[in-house]
Amino acid sequence: MNVGLEHYLVVSAVLFALGLLGVVTRRNILVIYMSLELMLNAANLALVAFSRFNNNLDGQVMVFFIITVAAAEVAVGLALIVALYRRRQTTHVEDLNLLKH
Amino acid sequence: MSPVFLILALVTLLSAVAAISFRNLVHCSLSLVVTFAGLAGLYLQLHAQFVGFAQVLVYIGAVAILIVFAILLTRSADTPNHAVLAPGWLVGIAVAVVVFGALGLAILKSEAISKKVPAAPEATVKQIGDALMNQYVLPLEVIGLLLTAAMIGAVIIAMRDDKEAK
Repeated sequence: MNVGLEHYLVVSAVLFALGLLGVVTRRNILVIYMSLELMLNAANLALVAFSRFNNNLDGQVMVFFIITVAAAEVAVGLALIVALYRRRQTTHVEDLNLLKH
Repeated sequence: MSPVFLILALVTLLSAVAAISFRNLVHCSLSLVVTFAGLAGLYLQLHAQFVGFAQVLVYIGAVAILIVFAILLTRSADTPNHAVLAPGWLVGIAVAVVVFGALGLAILKSEAISKKVPAAPEATVKQIGDALMNQYVLPLEVIGLLLTAAMIGAVIIAMRDDKEAK
């Protein structure tokens, strides 16, 4: 049995759902951050699979741009987390409730 | 189903589960590295060499290291002895299941899944290079500018401000 487009898409969907699960259930902002990366990677996998099965390289160029933007996001996001930790001494999202009360 | 795909998919998904469920953050980040490596393997299975090696260089090489540095700088490397899940985690699981169901339904109902595998393309890296240098040269320059701006911004954000240091 050959591996079809649907197999890659299912793997991508499971990965996306796992990332979402991590974002909404974990308390530590660093784990939430890693889960965000998982979701970005799931989208990349779907794009590469579509690119392969449609014989069109634009999908891979798109993935290249997504990886670049994700790298920029990682740099700025981690800098924000480090600055936040320096100011509040916490990495738990429920302690960051200044706008809530 | 080819055994290579099966092994890669299992490694990727199991290490992703581990990455979001371990209590210790260092273990989480190491599992995340395995997930990224499995994805790079899947890209190579799809004959996307360029994206596969970019994945290895950017994610395993840079992103994982940055995450480990952030764990060290925020002193969260110890295993926490309190709950790691947010209070509304049951609702979170429900949301994730609903999203996965919607995605799965969309995949199953789609007409794209009946596509046959086209013949393996030759020299995709050269074609991508051509596309980046001709058709997509403006986005490439803009993304370079974005990266530069992001790097400068990251340094400025993470820099210790003088008021605090005194």
